[in-house]
Amino acid sequence: MDIIKNKVIYFAVSIAVILIGIGFMIYNYSEGNGLFNLDIQFAGGTSIKVEKLGQEFNNDDISAIVSEVINDGCQIQRLESIDTSSGDTNIGFSIKIKNIENNQLSDIKNKICEKYNIKDEDIESTSISPTISGEMQNNAIMAVVVSCIAMLIYVSLRFRDIKIGSSCIIALVHDALIVLACYAIFRIPFNNSFIAAILTVLGYSINASIVIFDRLRENRRRLGSKNSADIMNVSINQSMRRSIYTSLTTFFTIVSLYVFGVQSIKEFALPIVVGIICGTYSSVFLVGSLWHMFDSFKKDKRQKA
Amino acid sequence: MKRKNVIILIVLLVVALGMSAISYFGIDVPEMGWNKTLSAQNIKHGLDLDGGIYVVYQAKGQDGNVINNPSGEDMNAASQMLRNRLDMNGWTDGEVSIEGGNRLRVEIPGISNAEEAIEGIGQAGILEFADENGMQIMPIEGGGQIAVRNTEVPALLTGSNVSNASVGFGDQSNTGKNEYYINLEFDSEGTELFKNATSANIGKPLYICLDSMSISGPRVNSAITNGKAVITGTFTKDEATRIANLINSGSLPFSLEAIEHQSIGATLGAEALNTSLFAGVIGVALVFIFMIIFYRVSGVAADWALVIYLSAELIILNGLNITLTLPGIAGIILSVGMAVDANVIIFERIKEELAAGRTLRLALENGFSRAFPAIFDSNITTLIACVVLFWLGTGPIRGFAQTLAIGIVLSMFTALVITRYIIKGLVGAGVKNPKFFGGK
Repeated sequence: MDIIKNKVIYFAVSIAVILIGIGFMIYNYSEGNGLFNLDIQFAGGTSIKVEKLGQEFNNDDISAIVSEVINDGCQIQRLESIDTSSGDTNIGFSIKIKNIENNQLSDIKNKICEKYNIKDEDIESTSISPTISGEMQNNAIMAVVVSCIAMLIYVSLRFRDIKIGSSCIIALVHDALIVLACYAIFRIPFNNSFIAAILTVLGYSINASIVIFDRLRENRRRLGSKNSADIMNVSINQSMRRSIYTSLTTFFTIVSLYVFGVQSIKEFALPIVVGIICGTYSSVFLVGSLWHMFDSFKKDKRQKA
Repeated sequence: MKRKNVIILIVLLVVALGMSAISYFGIDVPEMGWNKTLSAQNIKHGLDLDGGIYVVYQAKGQDGNVINNPSGEDMNAASQMLRNRLDMNGWTDGEVSIEGGNRLRVEIPGISNAEEAIEGIGQAGILEFADENGMQIMPIEGGGQIAVRNTEVPALLTGSNVSNASVGFGDQSNTGKNEYYINLEFDSEGTELFKNATSANIGKPLYICLDSMSISGPRVNSAITNGKAVITGTFTKDEATRIANLINSGSLPFSLEAIEHQSIGATLGAEALNTSLFAGVIGVALVFIFMIIFYRVSGVAADWALVIYLSAELIILNGLNITLTLPGIAGIILSVGMAVDANVIIFERIKEELAAGRTLRLALENGFSRAFPAIFDSNITTLIACVVLFWLGTGPIRGFAQTLAIGIVLSMFTALVITRYIIKGLVGAGVKNPKFFGGK
């Protein structure tokens, strides 16, 4: 497979996906829904969640219960999951409310229990004060920036090649953007799991790139006479099966978490699934070409001078 | 030679079976009080798996602004006050921890829908001093009595009159023995009030009450006029510290604001645990099958090492007493998918070496040694991500960073060392056809 030659196609695919993501963000924003589906951890507020209601429900009934207690609207989301013991589909819902006092929250929970004949033990509720949601957002951004820098320092030190470091950083930014696009397109609640999901993806992606660059390091010693595009192509192709197999095994585990997990696990697994695809894609189709571009750019400059 | 290799294989088989058995059944040694020790069932679960409530409180000043740097002493006092209230409510499993300097996290397993009770726990402490008139004796369930504040009688002093309580160590009662005691200091108004209170109650107890419950009832030996008192009793260091902290909690310079709370129903927690375990079994089984289909004998060796890896991870979580959370389980499951990466890199290398015409022995040797730098470097980057996540993440998410990090380090060991011994053992024991290892 001549990946370097066809780089334009691969770059175009990536850019197209990122643009679609941005398109969704703009669309969501223009509809008044915000760029992302900010969860209460990032926006502040209260959520009430029932995973296993045991019956169908009506959004209006739930809104009625909420508006009986507080004079405010709420967002209702339907939840579905597979019951691992019976194989049936569990139906549930999650409600998001902006501002609510503790006694009102208790009230709503009691009313839900009465209405659907469930118990306290079947409900999960979370409240986050808006005073700390800003801090959580900062933490998320900081986590991404700090780990990117740390990984790049490590990669640059190990390979002693600024071109490898630069190609990796572009690939990481690319992966981060695609994961963000995934959050925007699927309206995945943007919460604490985001930090874990994106860091896993970045770690995974750079891991795959390293395997390829490790091959490059070795092949350059062995095939020093060939031109850099050929050496890069050989390296990518030699690692191709590893790239695919490893993504597959990781895929098995994370997809089964997505399929069988409860809601919070699903929300956590989906971006990782997407991230593993794009991480593998970027390490196979992008980093090599990027490295080659930097490499020939440097050579051109040298020749001119 | 053959015999030695068979022995190696048997040892590794026993290790794999033994470790799985330990991680499943645990070890029972009644003489040492070991009951199912190290069994996976004994791993401490987070609230997201068992159900329960957590609340995070933040120090807030009287002006309503967040206090970023409260003194450690005040935070300890607040933490002791919360712990005391958990005990008073019968939530003895509850835990209080100080988080990031100005926050307190309270976790209570096994309860749900207790928003109002939770609100009570964070309220400012009411510290009062009262003599016998200001107290009433109440019977306790199951026998005994306890002194409780009679709020109809005004208190002699309140928490705001106390400027500081601290623990001291020395011979205060002239018994010739050093002991722990509590120093009390009052402000100017408190000095005056305390003088009156002590002179009126010489020889009688003076009760110090927090939230109406007596925390200490020292006998007054003489009138104290300088605003400095000492409480003695045969205190251990912990008891003295606890009482001093509780007294200080009655005059905290900040209030506690609940900034985050979550209540997870017990059935929800159990559901989360069951479904993730089910997902784990399916995911891991697929990985096992995949490895055998694509790498045959090497695949068996990898799966074998994977069994050792998985049970080691569970035993280590147990041994280090790490709390298992829902994202933590996801971390373990995900790490299995990633763990075989090292094996895939090695096995692909072996295939290449075989295709290049090397002998099986040399191909295996080269496969392991040439794959090492790639495996090492790539694992380090994921480890970096884990460290950052543990540092900046909060709550259960940190569990993900922990299990994934342990998984990465362990799996690197099992993939590089254990698989190598298994494969060497197999070859030495007579499994020599290169086809079994991906050759043609």
